[in-house]
Amino acid sequence: MTKEHANWSPYDNNGGTCVAIAGADYCVIAADTRMSTGYSILTRDYSKICKLADKSFMASSGFQADVKALQKVLSSRHLIYQHQHNKQMSCPAMAQLLSNTLYYKRFFPYYAFNVLGGLDSEGKGCVFTYDAVGSYERVGYSAQGSGATLITPFLDNQLKSPSPLLLPAKDAVTPLSEAEAVDLVKTCFSSATERDIYTGDSVEIIILNANGVRRETEQLRRD
Amino acid sequence: MKLDFSGLESSAPLYGGNNELLSDGFSAAPSFDLPVTSDFDDFQKNSIQMVKPAKGTTTLAFIFKDGVMVAADSRASMGGYISSQSVKKIIEINPYMLGTMAGGAADCQFWHRNLGIKCRLHELANKRRISVTGASKLLANILYSYRGMGLSVGTMIAGWDEKGPGLYYVDSEGGRLKGTKFSVGSGSPYAYGVLDSGYKYDMTIDEAAELARRAIYHATFRDGASGGVASVYHVGPTGWTKLSGDDVGELHYSYYPVEPAVVEQEMTEAVAV
Repeated sequence: MTKEHANWSPYDNNGGTCVAIAGADYCVIAADTRMSTGYSILTRDYSKICKLADKSFMASSGFQADVKALQKVLSSRHLIYQHQHNKQMSCPAMAQLLSNTLYYKRFFPYYAFNVLGGLDSEGKGCVFTYDAVGSYERVGYSAQGSGATLITPFLDNQLKSPSPLLLPAKDAVTPLSEAEAVDLVKTCFSSATERDIYTGDSVEIIILNANGVRRETEQLRRD
Repeated sequence: MKLDFSGLESSAPLYGGNNELLSDGFSAAPSFDLPVTSDFDDFQKNSIQMVKPAKGTTTLAFIFKDGVMVAADSRASMGGYISSQSVKKIIEINPYMLGTMAGGAADCQFWHRNLGIKCRLHELANKRRISVTGASKLLANILYSYRGMGLSVGTMIAGWDEKGPGLYYVDSEGGRLKGTKFSVGSGSPYAYGVLDSGYKYDMTIDEAAELARRAIYHATFRDGASGGVASVYHVGPTGWTKLSGDDVGELHYSYYPVEPAVVEQEMTEAVAV
Protein backbone atom coordinates (compact mmCIF):
# COMPACT_ATOMS: atom_id res chain seq x y z
CA MET A 1 0.00 0.00 0.00
CA THR A 2 2.11 2.93 -1.24
CA LYS A 3 1.30 6.49 -0.19
CA GLU A 4 -0.14 8.74 -2.86
CA HIS A 5 2.20 11.64 -3.36
CA ALA A 6 1.02 15.17 -4.25
CA ASN A 7 0.94 15.85 -8.00
CA TRP A 8 1.04 19.59 -7.47
CA SER A 9 4.04 21.38 -5.98
CA PRO A 10 3.83 25.00 -4.84
CA TYR A 11 7.41 25.49 -6.09
CA ASP A 12 9.07 25.66 -9.48
CA ASN A 13 12.70 26.35 -10.32
CA ASN A 14 13.23 29.11 -12.87
CA GLY A 15 17.00 28.54 -12.92
CA GLY A 16 19.65 31.19 -13.40
CA THR A 17 22.84 32.19 -11.66
CA CYS A 18 23.82 35.17 -9.51
CA VAL A 19 27.29 36.36 -8.55
CA ALA A 20 28.58 39.17 -6.35
CA ILE A 21 32.14 40.33 -5.65
CA ALA A 22 33.18 42.81 -2.94
CA GLY A 23 36.08 45.17 -3.56
CA ALA A 24 37.95 47.67 -1.42
CA ASP A 25 35.67 50.52 -2.53
CA TYR A 26 33.24 48.93 -4.98
CA CYS A 27 30.82 46.04 -5.27
CA VAL A 28 29.83 44.11 -8.38
CA ILE A 29 26.46 42.31 -8.47
CA ALA A 30 25.57 40.26 -11.53
CA ALA A 31 22.91 37.83 -12.70
CA ASP A 32 22.02 36.22 -15.99
CA THR A 33 18.69 37.17 -17.54
CA ARG A 34 17.35 33.80 -18.59
CA MET A 35 14.14 32.59 -16.97
CA SER A 36 13.24 28.96 -17.61
CA THR A 37 10.84 26.27 -16.49
CA GLY A 38 11.80 22.67 -17.02
CA TYR A 39 13.50 22.55 -20.44
CA SER A 40 11.68 25.62 -21.80
CA ILE A 41 12.83 29.21 -21.79
CA LEU A 42 10.12 31.59 -20.60
CA THR A 43 12.01 34.76 -21.42
CA ARG A 44 15.52 35.89 -22.29
CA ASP A 45 15.56 39.27 -20.56
CA TYR A 46 14.29 38.92 -17.02
CA SER A 47 16.11 40.91 -14.35
CA LYS A 48 16.95 39.00 -11.18
CA ILE A 49 18.54 42.00 -9.49
CA CYS A 50 16.56 44.33 -7.25
CA LYS A 51 17.61 47.62 -5.69
CA LEU A 52 16.60 47.44 -2.06
CA ALA A 53 18.36 50.63 -0.93
CA ASP A 54 20.84 53.18 -2.32
CA LYS A 55 23.72 50.94 -1.29
CA SER A 56 22.09 47.49 -1.29
CA PHE A 57 21.29 45.33 -4.28
CA MET A 58 19.92 41.83 -4.07
CA ALA A 59 20.29 39.20 -6.78
CA SER A 60 18.20 36.07 -6.39
CA SER A 61 17.84 32.84 -8.31
CA GLY A 62 15.37 30.04 -7.72
CA PHE A 63 11.60 30.39 -7.91
CA GLN A 64 10.99 33.87 -9.31
CA ALA A 65 7.46 34.18 -7.92
CA ASP A 66 8.89 33.77 -4.40
CA VAL A 67 11.74 36.12 -5.34
CA LYS A 68 9.25 38.79 -6.48
CA ALA A 69 7.28 38.41 -3.22
CA LEU A 70 10.49 38.63 -1.19
CA GLN A 71 11.63 41.75 -3.07
CA LYS A 72 8.25 43.41 -2.39
CA VAL A 73 8.38 42.57 1.33
CA LEU A 74 11.91 43.95 1.68
CA SER A 75 11.21 47.11 -0.31
CA SER A 76 8.18 47.93 1.82
CA ARG A 77 10.07 47.22 5.04
CA HIS A 78 12.80 49.56 3.81
CA LEU A 79 10.24 52.27 3.05
CA ILE A 80 8.86 51.97 6.59
CA TYR A 81 12.42 52.18 7.96
CA GLN A 82 13.02 55.36 5.96
CA HIS A 83 9.82 56.90 7.35
CA GLN A 84 10.77 55.99 10.91
CA HIS A 85 14.50 56.81 10.85
CA ASN A 86 14.74 59.45 8.13
CA LYS A 87 17.65 57.67 6.46
CA GLN A 88 18.48 54.76 4.19
CA MET A 89 19.18 51.32 5.67
CA SER A 90 22.83 50.30 5.74
CA CYS A 91 23.84 47.15 3.86
CA PRO A 92 24.62 45.08 7.00
CA ALA A 93 21.24 46.08 8.46
CA MET A 94 19.49 45.05 5.24
CA ALA A 95 21.40 41.78 5.40
CA GLN A 96 19.97 40.94 8.80
CA LEU A 97 16.47 42.03 7.69
CA LEU A 98 16.69 39.63 4.76
CA SER A 99 17.83 36.83 7.06
CA ASN A 100 14.92 37.37 9.44
CA THR A 101 12.41 37.68 6.58
CA LEU A 102 13.58 34.35 5.18
CA TYR A 103 13.48 32.61 8.56
CA TYR A 104 9.94 33.76 9.31
CA LYS A 105 8.88 31.41 6.53
CA ARG A 106 10.96 28.57 7.99
CA PHE A 107 8.16 26.02 7.57
CA PHE A 108 7.11 27.10 4.06
CA PRO A 109 10.30 28.68 2.74
CA TYR A 110 10.84 31.21 0.01
CA TYR A 111 12.51 29.15 -2.69
CA ALA A 112 15.04 31.88 -3.30
CA PHE A 113 18.82 31.69 -3.28
CA ASN A 114 20.03 35.19 -2.60
CA VAL A 115 23.17 37.20 -2.77
CA LEU A 116 23.12 40.69 -1.28
CA GLY A 117 25.75 43.17 -2.43
CA GLY A 118 26.49 46.76 -1.49
CA LEU A 119 28.71 49.21 0.32
CA ASP A 120 28.96 49.31 4.09
CA SER A 121 29.03 52.53 6.12
CA GLU A 122 32.80 52.84 5.53
CA GLY A 123 32.35 52.64 1.77
CA LYS A 124 33.92 49.18 1.53
CA GLY A 125 32.27 46.57 -0.64
CA CYS A 126 30.27 43.92 1.18
CA VAL A 127 28.64 40.75 -0.05
CA PHE A 128 26.30 38.56 2.00
CA THR A 129 25.36 35.07 0.94
CA TYR A 130 22.23 33.21 2.05
CA ASP A 131 20.61 29.81 2.03
CA ALA A 132 16.87 29.37 1.45
CA VAL A 133 15.92 29.72 5.13
CA GLY A 134 18.03 32.71 6.12
CA SER A 135 21.42 31.58 7.38
CA TYR A 136 23.85 34.26 6.23
CA GLU A 137 27.48 35.19 6.21
CA ARG A 138 29.51 38.19 5.07
CA VAL A 139 31.98 37.05 2.42
CA GLY A 140 34.33 38.53 -0.16
CA TYR A 141 32.50 36.92 -3.10
CA SER A 142 29.67 34.51 -3.71
CA ALA A 143 27.71 32.68 -6.41
CA GLN A 144 24.20 31.22 -6.09
CA GLY A 145 21.89 29.37 -8.41
CA SER A 146 22.18 26.66 -11.03
CA GLY A 147 25.66 27.69 -12.17
CA ALA A 148 27.05 28.27 -8.67
CA THR A 149 28.88 24.94 -8.47
CA LEU A 150 30.64 25.82 -11.73
CA ILE A 151 31.55 29.40 -10.81
CA THR A 152 32.49 29.11 -7.12
CA PRO A 153 35.59 26.90 -7.61
CA PHE A 154 36.82 29.36 -10.25
CA LEU A 155 36.31 32.33 -7.92
CA ASP A 156 38.03 30.38 -5.10
CA ASN A 157 41.02 30.02 -7.37
CA GLN A 158 41.11 33.68 -8.45
CA LEU A 159 39.94 35.46 -5.33
CA LYS A 160 40.38 33.13 -2.39
CA SER A 161 40.94 35.44 0.50
CA PRO A 162 41.96 34.51 4.04
CA SER A 163 38.99 33.38 6.12
CA PRO A 164 37.55 36.06 8.41
CA LEU A 165 37.76 33.51 11.22
CA LEU A 166 41.54 33.51 11.27
CA LEU A 167 43.25 35.07 14.24
CA PRO A 168 45.31 37.26 13.83
CA ALA A 169 42.73 38.61 11.38
CA LYS A 170 43.50 39.14 7.72
CA ASP A 171 41.46 41.40 5.45
CA ALA A 172 38.89 39.54 3.34
CA VAL A 173 38.32 42.06 0.57
CA THR A 174 39.67 41.22 -2.88
CA PRO A 175 42.73 43.13 -4.12
CA LEU A 176 41.30 43.35 -7.64
CA SER A 177 40.50 46.67 -9.27
CA GLU A 178 36.93 47.45 -10.33
CA ALA A 179 37.60 46.89 -14.04
CA GLU A 180 39.32 43.56 -13.34
CA ALA A 181 36.41 42.43 -11.17
CA VAL A 182 33.85 43.26 -13.88
CA ASP A 183 35.95 41.36 -16.39
CA LEU A 184 36.17 38.40 -14.03
CA VAL A 185 32.39 38.34 -13.65
CA LYS A 186 31.93 38.32 -17.44
CA THR A 187 34.37 35.40 -17.66
CA CYS A 188 32.43 33.53 -14.94
CA PHE A 189 29.19 33.85 -16.82
CA SER A 190 30.54 32.89 -20.22
CA SER A 191 32.07 29.75 -18.69
CA ALA A 192 28.94 28.88 -16.74
CA THR A 193 26.83 29.37 -19.88
CA GLU A 194 28.91 26.74 -21.67
CA ARG A 195 28.08 24.00 -19.21
CA ASP A 196 24.81 24.95 -17.49
CA ILE A 197 21.65 24.80 -19.57
CA TYR A 198 19.80 27.19 -17.28
CA THR A 199 22.37 30.00 -17.60
CA GLY A 200 22.73 32.16 -20.69
CA ASP A 201 21.12 34.79 -22.97
CA SER A 202 22.72 37.83 -21.29
CA VAL A 203 24.21 38.97 -18.03
CA GLU A 204 23.18 42.11 -16.20
CA ILE A 205 26.00 43.64 -14.13
CA ILE A 206 25.53 46.33 -11.49
CA ILE A 207 28.62 48.19 -10.26
CA LEU A 208 28.29 50.13 -7.02
CA ASN A 209 30.94 52.57 -5.88
CA ALA A 210 31.40 55.93 -4.21
CA ASN A 211 30.31 57.74 -7.40
CA GLY A 212 27.01 55.88 -7.61
CA VAL A 213 25.59 53.00 -9.62
CA ARG A 214 26.50 51.84 -13.11
CA ARG A 215 24.76 49.15 -15.15
CA GLU A 216 26.31 47.00 -17.88
CA THR A 217 24.91 44.23 -20.05
CA GLU A 218 26.88 41.57 -21.86
CA GLN A 219 25.42 39.16 -24.38
CA LEU A 220 25.87 35.44 -23.71
CA ARG A 221 25.15 32.34 -25.74
CA ARG A 222 21.45 31.95 -26.36
CA ASP A 223 21.47 28.21 -26.93
CA MET B 1 2.46 -6.69 5.86
CA LYS B 2 3.26 -10.05 4.39
CA LEU B 3 5.71 -9.95 1.49
CA ASP B 4 6.07 -12.74 -1.03
CA PHE B 5 9.50 -14.33 -0.70
CA SER B 6 8.69 -17.52 -2.57
CA GLY B 7 11.08 -16.49 -5.32
CA LEU B 8 14.03 -16.82 -2.91
CA GLU B 9 13.23 -20.41 -2.03
CA SER B 10 14.89 -23.01 -4.24
CA SER B 11 12.31 -24.93 -6.29
CA ALA B 12 14.22 -28.25 -6.50
CA PRO B 13 16.16 -29.97 -3.73
CA LEU B 14 19.94 -29.58 -4.09
CA TYR B 15 20.67 -33.23 -3.36
CA GLY B 16 18.40 -35.62 -5.19
CA GLY B 17 15.78 -36.87 -2.78
CA ASN B 18 17.91 -36.39 0.35
CA ASN B 19 15.68 -34.22 2.51
CA GLU B 20 17.89 -34.75 5.55
CA LEU B 21 20.55 -32.37 4.23
CA LEU B 22 18.05 -29.63 3.30
CA SER B 23 16.59 -29.47 6.79
CA ASP B 24 19.98 -29.09 8.54
CA GLY B 25 19.67 -25.30 8.30
CA PHE B 26 22.69 -24.66 6.07
CA SER B 27 21.63 -25.56 2.53
CA ALA B 28 18.24 -23.82 2.49
CA ALA B 29 18.04 -20.17 1.39
CA PRO B 30 18.30 -17.73 4.34
CA SER B 31 15.09 -16.13 5.50
CA PHE B 32 15.00 -12.48 6.55
CA ASP B 33 13.43 -11.17 9.69
CA LEU B 34 11.02 -8.47 8.73
CA PRO B 35 9.74 -5.76 11.02
CA VAL B 36 6.02 -5.80 11.55
CA THR B 37 5.03 -2.39 10.14
CA SER B 38 2.07 -1.09 8.22
CA ASP B 39 4.23 0.74 5.69
CA PHE B 40 7.39 -1.13 4.87
CA ASP B 41 8.72 1.37 2.27
CA ASP B 42 8.37 4.27 4.65
CA PHE B 43 10.12 2.28 7.35
CA GLN B 44 12.99 1.59 4.96
CA LYS B 45 13.30 5.26 4.07
CA ASN B 46 13.37 6.26 7.72
CA SER B 47 15.94 3.65 8.66
CA ILE B 48 18.25 4.86 5.90
CA GLN B 49 17.81 8.41 7.20
CA MET B 50 18.67 7.19 10.69
CA VAL B 51 22.00 5.80 9.58
CA LYS B 52 22.98 8.89 7.62
CA PRO B 53 25.83 10.95 9.14
CA ALA B 54 24.22 13.56 11.33
CA LYS B 55 25.02 17.24 11.38
CA GLY B 56 28.20 17.64 9.38
CA THR B 57 30.36 19.59 11.75
CA THR B 58 32.60 19.33 14.79
CA THR B 59 32.05 21.44 17.87
CA LEU B 60 33.24 20.86 21.40
CA ALA B 61 33.28 22.50 24.81
CA PHE B 62 34.64 21.53 28.20
CA ILE B 63 34.94 22.96 31.69
CA PHE B 64 38.30 23.04 33.40
CA LYS B 65 39.92 24.84 36.33
CA ASP B 66 40.07 28.25 34.60
CA GLY B 67 36.64 28.31 32.92
CA VAL B 68 35.15 26.90 29.74
CA MET B 69 36.98 26.17 26.50
CA VAL B 70 34.83 26.21 23.33
CA ALA B 71 36.04 25.19 19.88
CA ALA B 72 34.54 24.46 16.45
CA ASP B 73 35.40 23.94 12.80
CA SER B 74 33.95 26.17 10.04
CA ARG B 75 32.74 23.96 7.21
CA ALA B 76 29.15 23.96 5.92
CA SER B 77 28.13 21.18 3.55
CA MET B 78 25.03 20.70 1.40
CA GLY B 79 25.08 16.99 0.73
CA GLY B 80 28.50 16.44 -0.80
CA TYR B 81 29.09 20.05 -1.81
CA ILE B 82 31.02 22.35 0.49
CA SER B 83 28.90 25.47 0.58
CA SER B 84 31.23 27.41 2.85
CA GLN B 85 34.59 27.06 4.59
CA SER B 86 34.15 30.13 6.80
CA VAL B 87 30.95 29.66 8.78
CA LYS B 88 30.92 31.14 12.27
CA LYS B 89 29.89 28.18 14.38
CA ILE B 90 30.64 29.81 17.70
CA ILE B 91 27.93 32.39 18.24
CA GLU B 92 28.44 35.26 20.63
CA ILE B 93 25.16 35.47 22.51
CA ASN B 94 26.45 38.22 24.81
CA PRO B 95 29.88 39.21 26.20
CA TYR B 96 29.91 36.36 28.71
CA MET B 97 27.99 33.58 26.95
CA LEU B 98 28.73 31.57 23.83
CA GLY B 99 26.63 29.13 21.82
CA THR B 100 27.87 26.55 19.32
CA MET B 101 26.21 25.70 16.03
CA ALA B 102 25.55 22.20 14.72
CA GLY B 103 22.72 21.10 12.48
CA GLY B 104 20.75 23.58 10.41
CA ALA B 105 22.71 26.81 10.05
CA ALA B 106 19.67 29.06 9.78
CA ASP B 107 17.97 27.37 12.75
CA CYS B 108 21.05 27.82 14.96
CA GLN B 109 21.73 31.40 13.85
CA PHE B 110 18.14 32.54 14.27
CA TRP B 111 17.45 30.92 17.64
CA HIS B 112 20.78 31.96 19.13
CA ARG B 113 20.09 35.55 18.11
CA ASN B 114 16.63 35.19 19.63
CA LEU B 115 18.22 33.81 22.81
CA GLY B 116 20.55 36.82 22.96
CA ILE B 117 17.55 39.13 22.76
CA LYS B 118 15.75 37.22 25.53
CA CYS B 119 18.87 37.31 27.73
CA ARG B 120 19.14 41.09 27.30
CA LEU B 121 15.47 41.55 28.14
CA HIS B 122 16.02 39.44 31.26
CA GLU B 123 18.89 41.72 32.28
CA LEU B 124 16.75 44.80 31.80
CA ALA B 125 13.80 43.32 33.65
CA ASN B 126 15.74 41.82 36.56
CA LYS B 127 18.73 44.17 36.82
CA ARG B 128 21.11 41.23 36.75
CA ARG B 129 22.64 38.90 34.20
CA ILE B 130 20.86 35.69 33.33
CA SER B 131 22.49 32.44 34.48
CA VAL B 132 23.72 29.79 32.04
CA THR B 133 21.09 27.47 33.50
CA GLY B 134 18.39 30.02 32.76
CA ALA B 135 19.59 30.81 29.25
CA SER B 136 19.88 27.15 28.26
CA LYS B 137 16.41 26.48 29.67
CA LEU B 138 14.95 29.36 27.61
CA LEU B 139 16.42 27.88 24.45
CA ALA B 140 15.47 24.29 25.33
CA ASN B 141 11.85 25.27 25.96
CA ILE B 142 11.59 27.04 22.59
CA LEU B 143 13.11 24.06 20.77
CA TYR B 144 10.81 21.67 22.62
CA SER B 145 7.78 23.63 21.48
CA TYR B 146 8.90 23.14 17.87
CA ARG B 147 9.59 19.45 18.40
CA GLY B 148 8.71 17.28 15.42
CA MET B 149 8.54 20.22 13.00
CA GLY B 150 11.93 19.59 11.48
CA LEU B 151 14.24 22.04 13.26
CA SER B 152 17.78 20.75 13.46
CA VAL B 153 19.79 22.24 16.30
CA GLY B 154 22.57 20.64 18.34
CA THR B 155 24.06 23.35 20.46
CA MET B 156 26.11 23.90 23.58
CA ILE B 157 25.57 26.96 25.77
CA ALA B 158 28.76 27.92 27.57
CA GLY B 159 29.13 30.81 29.98
CA TRP B 160 30.34 32.15 33.26
CA ASP B 161 27.77 33.25 35.84
CA GLU B 162 27.58 33.67 39.63
CA LYS B 163 27.97 29.93 40.14
CA GLY B 164 31.14 29.86 38.05
CA PRO B 165 31.63 28.19 34.68
CA GLY B 166 28.51 26.60 33.16
CA LEU B 167 28.02 24.27 30.20
CA TYR B 168 24.79 22.81 28.83
CA TYR B 169 23.99 20.73 25.75
CA VAL B 170 20.64 21.58 24.14
CA ASP B 171 19.13 19.99 21.03
CA SER B 172 16.11 20.21 18.78
CA GLU B 173 14.65 16.95 20.14
CA GLY B 174 14.10 18.90 23.36
CA GLY B 175 17.06 17.45 25.24
CA ARG B 176 18.99 19.57 27.73
CA LEU B 177 21.98 18.17 29.61
CA LYS B 178 24.31 19.76 32.11
CA GLY B 179 27.87 18.53 31.82
CA THR B 180 31.58 19.21 31.90
CA LYS B 181 32.58 17.90 28.48
CA PHE B 182 30.61 17.72 25.22
CA SER B 183 31.29 17.32 21.53
CA VAL B 184 28.55 17.63 18.91
CA GLY B 185 28.49 16.79 15.21
CA SER B 186 29.65 14.19 12.73
CA GLY B 187 33.27 14.71 13.80
CA SER B 188 32.49 14.34 17.50
CA PRO B 189 33.68 10.72 17.87
CA TYR B 190 37.13 11.79 16.69
CA ALA B 191 37.13 14.86 18.89
CA TYR B 192 36.05 12.82 21.93
CA GLY B 193 38.97 10.47 21.38
CA VAL B 194 41.52 13.26 21.61
CA LEU B 195 39.62 15.15 24.29
CA ASP B 196 39.11 12.19 26.61
CA SER B 197 42.71 11.05 26.43
CA GLY B 198 44.22 14.49 27.06
CA TYR B 199 41.76 16.05 29.50
CA LYS B 200 42.84 17.10 33.00
CA TYR B 201 40.82 19.44 35.19
CA ASP B 202 43.95 21.27 36.31
CA MET B 203 45.13 22.30 32.84
CA THR B 204 46.30 25.84 32.23
CA ILE B 205 44.45 27.98 29.70
CA ASP B 206 47.15 27.41 27.08
CA GLU B 207 47.12 23.64 27.58
CA ALA B 208 43.33 23.55 27.39
CA ALA B 209 43.34 25.66 24.22
CA GLU B 210 45.88 23.36 22.61
CA LEU B 211 43.83 20.30 23.56
CA ALA B 212 40.71 21.85 22.05
CA ARG B 213 42.58 22.85 18.90
CA ARG B 214 44.07 19.38 18.47
CA ALA B 215 40.69 17.73 19.00
CA ILE B 216 39.11 19.86 16.25
CA TYR B 217 42.11 19.30 13.97
CA HIS B 218 41.89 15.53 14.32
CA ALA B 219 38.15 15.57 13.69
CA THR B 220 38.60 17.63 10.52
CA PHE B 221 41.36 15.28 9.42
CA ARG B 222 39.16 12.19 9.52
CA ASP B 223 35.65 13.58 8.98
CA GLY B 224 34.87 14.82 5.48
CA ALA B 225 32.05 17.01 6.67
CA SER B 226 34.34 19.04 8.97
CA GLY B 227 37.09 21.43 7.94
CA GLY B 228 38.06 25.05 7.33
CA VAL B 229 39.26 27.05 10.29
CA ALA B 230 39.53 25.73 13.86
CA SER B 231 38.37 28.51 16.21
CA VAL B 232 39.06 28.32 19.94
CA TYR B 233 37.33 30.54 22.51
CA HIS B 234 37.81 30.78 26.25
CA VAL B 235 35.08 31.84 28.68
CA GLY B 236 36.44 33.22 31.94
CA PRO B 237 35.11 35.31 34.83
CA THR B 238 35.37 38.50 32.76
CA GLY B 239 33.64 37.05 29.70
CA TRP B 240 34.79 35.29 26.54
CA THR B 241 37.87 35.91 24.39
CA LYS B 242 38.79 34.39 21.07
CA LEU B 243 42.12 32.68 21.56
CA SER B 244 42.91 31.43 18.06
CA GLY B 245 41.64 30.78 14.57
CA ASP B 246 43.87 28.47 12.52
CA ASP B 247 43.38 26.98 9.09
CA VAL B 248 43.35 23.21 9.68
CA GLY B 249 45.34 22.58 6.52
CA GLU B 250 48.17 24.65 7.95
CA LEU B 251 47.74 23.08 11.40
CA HIS B 252 48.42 19.72 9.82
CA TYR B 253 51.86 20.78 8.65
CA SER B 254 52.68 22.42 11.96
CA TYR B 255 51.81 19.20 13.81
CA TYR B 256 53.29 16.87 11.20
CA PRO B 257 56.00 18.79 9.36
CA VAL B 258 57.25 17.32 6.12
CA GLU B 259 60.83 16.12 6.54
CA PRO B 260 62.87 17.33 3.55
CA ALA B 261 63.67 14.13 1.66
CA VAL B 262 67.31 13.19 1.30
CA VAL B 263 68.06 13.84 -2.34
CA GLU B 264 70.36 11.40 -4.05
CA GLN B 265 73.60 12.82 -5.29
CA GLU B 266 72.98 13.89 -8.83
CA MET B 267 75.35 12.50 -11.36
CA THR B 268 77.04 15.29 -13.21
CA GLU B 269 77.74 14.99 -16.86
CA ALA B 270 81.18 13.57 -17.52
CA VAL B 271 83.21 16.35 -18.98
CA ALA B 272 84.77 15.38 -22.29
CA VAL B 273 88.46 15.92 -22.10
